[in-house]
Amino acid sequence: MIESIYYLFITVVKILIIVLPIMACVAYLTLAERKIIGYMQVRIGPNRVNLSIIPFLRNLPGFGQPIADSIKLMFKEIIIPTNSNKFLFVGAPILCLAPALAAWAVIPFADGWVLADINAGLLYVLAMTSIGVYGVMISGWASNSKYAFLGAMRSTAQIISYEIAMGFALVGVLMAAGSLNLSEIVMAQQGSLLHWFWIPLFPLFIVYFISGLAETNRAPFDVAEGESEIVAGFHVEYSGMLFAVFFLAEYANMILIAALVTIFFLGGWLSPFEGVPVLGYLFSFLPGIFWFGAKIAFVLFFFLWTRATFPRYRYDQIMRLGWKVFIPITLVWIVVLGLLILLKLPPWFA
Amino acid sequence: MKAIIDLFKRLFLLELIKGLRVTGKYLFERKITVQYPDEKTPQSFRFRGRHAQRRYPNGEERCIACKLCEATCPALAITIEVEQRADGSRRTSRYDIDLTKCIFCGYCEESCPVDAIVETRVFEYCGEESGDLLMTKQDLLASGDKLESQLAADRLLDSQYR
Repeated sequence: MIESIYYLFITVVKILIIVLPIMACVAYLTLAERKIIGYMQVRIGPNRVNLSIIPFLRNLPGFGQPIADSIKLMFKEIIIPTNSNKFLFVGAPILCLAPALAAWAVIPFADGWVLADINAGLLYVLAMTSIGVYGVMISGWASNSKYAFLGAMRSTAQIISYEIAMGFALVGVLMAAGSLNLSEIVMAQQGSLLHWFWIPLFPLFIVYFISGLAETNRAPFDVAEGESEIVAGFHVEYSGMLFAVFFLAEYANMILIAALVTIFFLGGWLSPFEGVPVLGYLFSFLPGIFWFGAKIAFVLFFFLWTRATFPRYRYDQIMRLGWKVFIPITLVWIVVLGLLILLKLPPWFA
Repeated sequence: MKAIIDLFKRLFLLELIKGLRVTGKYLFERKITVQYPDEKTPQSFRFRGRHAQRRYPNGEERCIACKLCEATCPALAITIEVEQRADGSRRTSRYDIDLTKCIFCGYCEESCPVDAIVETRVFEYCGEESGDLLMTKQDLLASGDKLESQLAADRLLDSQYR
């Protein structure tokens, strides 16, 4: 009895240790996004709110912005439209955020640093990222507004289309690693920077990254939001904290996709200097979680970079890309990969 | 053949990489933001801000109530009433500019034969109650008295182009 309570307590603490830093990362990802896109547009982004009470953050302009934003959102009124389905309306944001956080249970942050070291981790991740679409669908439906409904329809169709390409890309990872366990997928990439799966699975890497952009409704696949066409898409009727939950879910999903890209293709927590004569020794003191975080930040930078660069896809182009380009590419590469594995091509499949 | 080359160009995302290179370059470019209340952009001596009425050096107001400004104002923001003074001179008894109507085109200043009505460089002003943005003759003259040195200098600079 006492043992099971202790186990429960430890698990809750572990969950908090994972979720709270993710929430902080989400908050500061919004700042990073505004800063980086601002810099790419030759302006400086938010720099008025400083955390002047904390000594070493005093000289970082704009570092208080996410805190100011979240406080503002908390104090805003939550408006529930008269003709909406109130239960679903309030439930949808939660349904959006929960899978985005639940998927982190199987993410290995470093060697052995994983909440649930399950064998079907990859399947679990696929399932969790797919459940997120219900939140989008239900929110658009429950709002009883034509803009929200159109946004939800677009978003649903898009997420489901790209899910397939994403799944096929992961089939490649699965074949290369020979395991569904995320930790084992990372361990299969051990050796050096060249041993990581991004080289033998390069097309799948690109397809997975771009599908990840589409899955999270990020630019250039943000027709679901399409602020110049349908205002804000599925969450147009939401305000205050309910909107903030959608916002959190979108950014938590972004970080999740970046983490998955890191694990599947960029060697997870492995050091990029592994196997390099002098540098490998110099950087060996850094823990795995540092490299994991650095790689996630690197992938997230690409998310923001693409947002600052590309115009929004037209709807039919999105569908064409998903069905007629990505799925054939992944299918072809799965066959090629099968041949590479049969040939035991070094250094990856030896 | 060309179709195949195009296909490969698209497949390897060449144009997208070009686009990324442009934005990547601008990431490190010098930022051009002017942080307004702390920094300000330079102003032209022809800047058209809030209005003022000028006086001659002897203290007499310049305006002769010819009503040209009122006639030329495209936004109908100027209202003038005329009286004859005891010394026989023609002067305004009322000269109102409604800043909420004014479009700051500068036609009043251009039309004025005696350089009485002018637009100053003042653009940072506000009204807290309704009616605050209605400038009366007193307001205009007071503003002109306060800014006379600047106004005279600006007019002198502009005169070489006229």
